[in-house]
Amino acid sequence: MRATSVPQTVFTVVVFVALAGYAFVGGSFGLDLITKIMIYAIFALSLELIAGGVGLVSFGHAAYFGIGAYAAVLLTPKDGAASLVLLLPAAVCAAALYALAVGALSLRTRGVYFIMVTLAFAQMAYYVAHDTPLGGGTDGIYLTQKPAIGEALNLNQPVMIYGFTLVVLAAVFLFLALLNRSRFGHALAGIRVNEQRMRAMSYSTFGYKLAAFTLSGAIAGFAGFLFAVKDGFVNPELMSWHLSGAVLVMVILGGLGHLRGALIGAFAFVLLQEFFKSEAIFGALAKHWHLGLGLAIIVSVTLLPNGLVGLPAEIKRHLAGTPRDNT
Amino acid sequence: MTTATFLIQYLNALQYGLLLFLVASGLTLIFGIMGVINLAHGSFYMTGAYMAYALAPWVEGHLGGGFFVTLAVGVILAVALGYVLEWAFFSYLHEREHLQQVLMTYGLILVFEELRSLIVGDDVHGVKAPEWLAGSIPLGDVMTYPVYRLFMSGVCIVLALAMYWLFRHTRLGMRIRAGSTNREMVQNLGIDVSRLYRVVFAGGVALAVFAGMLAAPVSSVYPGMGNQVLIVCFVVVVIGGIGSIRGALLASLLIGVVDTFGKVLLPQAAGVLVYVLMALILLWKPGGLFKAG
Repeated sequence: MRATSVPQTVFTVVVFVALAGYAFVGGSFGLDLITKIMIYAIFALSLELIAGGVGLVSFGHAAYFGIGAYAAVLLTPKDGAASLVLLLPAAVCAAALYALAVGALSLRTRGVYFIMVTLAFAQMAYYVAHDTPLGGGTDGIYLTQKPAIGEALNLNQPVMIYGFTLVVLAAVFLFLALLNRSRFGHALAGIRVNEQRMRAMSYSTFGYKLAAFTLSGAIAGFAGFLFAVKDGFVNPELMSWHLSGAVLVMVILGGLGHLRGALIGAFAFVLLQEFFKSEAIFGALAKHWHLGLGLAIIVSVTLLPNGLVGLPAEIKRHLAGTPRDNT
Repeated sequence: MTTATFLIQYLNALQYGLLLFLVASGLTLIFGIMGVINLAHGSFYMTGAYMAYALAPWVEGHLGGGFFVTLAVGVILAVALGYVLEWAFFSYLHEREHLQQVLMTYGLILVFEELRSLIVGDDVHGVKAPEWLAGSIPLGDVMTYPVYRLFMSGVCIVLALAMYWLFRHTRLGMRIRAGSTNREMVQNLGIDVSRLYRVVFAGGVALAVFAGMLAAPVSSVYPGMGNQVLIVCFVVVVIGGIGSIRGALLASLLIGVVDTFGKVLLPQAAGVLVYVLMALILLWKPGGLFKAG
């Protein structure tokens, strides 16, 4: 795996400390926004696990996100709040199961095929939510009672959701960082670099890939669960390919192959979105915020081949005036 | 289902499938040659439909009008657009990873949608078929079938044959086929690959725009129409085998039939059917029906 340098660790720790500190000073709008970003960051981390770690680019990750969200709503009883201890694992398992099934089928393909096949399976889930009355159809459904653990943890207050999401984000980040250093993580990296060789070394690469894919789906489902709890509402758009595309953009924008890339990408994407949406700056053009976002993405692809993570190196290179070594 | 309804649905399936083929063949070509997964391909289809809406009055005023003149102006603009886009956004990405290109095309979708919204607005528009194609022919005792849809199918078939001829019997076609099999080798043989890329990209854009212009009178013109087509075209490309024109044709027709008859026979599951079909075919042949290269 790539070695982690001291400045990078310091950067990550500072980010998490700042996020924790914000819980005490943030207003309700800020807390809600940052919670959303952190949920996307968890989602982006799940994609980073397979896209950056194994080299399997899934273009249908919104399906697992959406299934986690839908499960959170559908499994909550009509007459009262569900227990978080039961509801959360159930939602995560639902997403993981679909990921297991999709992975078992789509991992037979590779490269660009894999991208398109995962997309198509996500569309399948999308149309089930969209066309059948199961999940309220196009209108979606509301989550009236948010899950809780007794009186101790009630996810109705913004600051509680913020804290809970932050803890989950930190745990997922740490877990994936440890995973990358484990035997399993090394095997995944080996598969990314040269799958033939790994097979020659008697690794059952299919099993490793499937395990990583399922785990990734489970984490995406976790993020979806948090999203449903935060908004108290789910609709088929949570499974749409726009969201799959957006999370892929976050990962690539941040820098594929780096855990903190997913973190930076989620922040950059949502903050850019908010920036171009702000009427104070763009006035009447704010309505057309997609234009600015699209142009920003194009500029970043053109200038930053390694994503935002590569920005310091890119600046250093410019100052020193040496040519780019890896394009 | 009576014979007449069956015939109508069958003609609809054929027409939908052939139209899909026009869009998907551009997608599969661009991928086969350039290795670019062009998410913006649906935007080109949308651009075409809006061109049919916006160009017609202009052509009427300046060139004396006419359906074919409008189509020709649209295609010329599309080729120019494709040429410029390839030069401006893709020519320097060839050496980079696929994902960078995916990201680029994602950015382009957003830009196209918003430019469309800024220039023509977000309203749904209808486009009239030319008068000499506006009628319908009787089928059975009570049913009729619009002439324009038959005309569309005919045009698509002519284009498909023209493409077959281009690929099999011209030098350019030979280069494109060779390029999709082994890019490096073609380059080593002294063929200007970046020019080939530009030609293929412009051709793909022109096909999508043409399909959009042709479809406008039938489907009407609305925001987001490109995205819907894009995803179905992905399925076509996956089923047919990436880079294979023959596969794209077969897969388009297959999807046309499954989708059209699915909507009639199993309306609740119509959206899912196409994807189930894809999953089944991939179980049987993971590389698509006609794997190229």
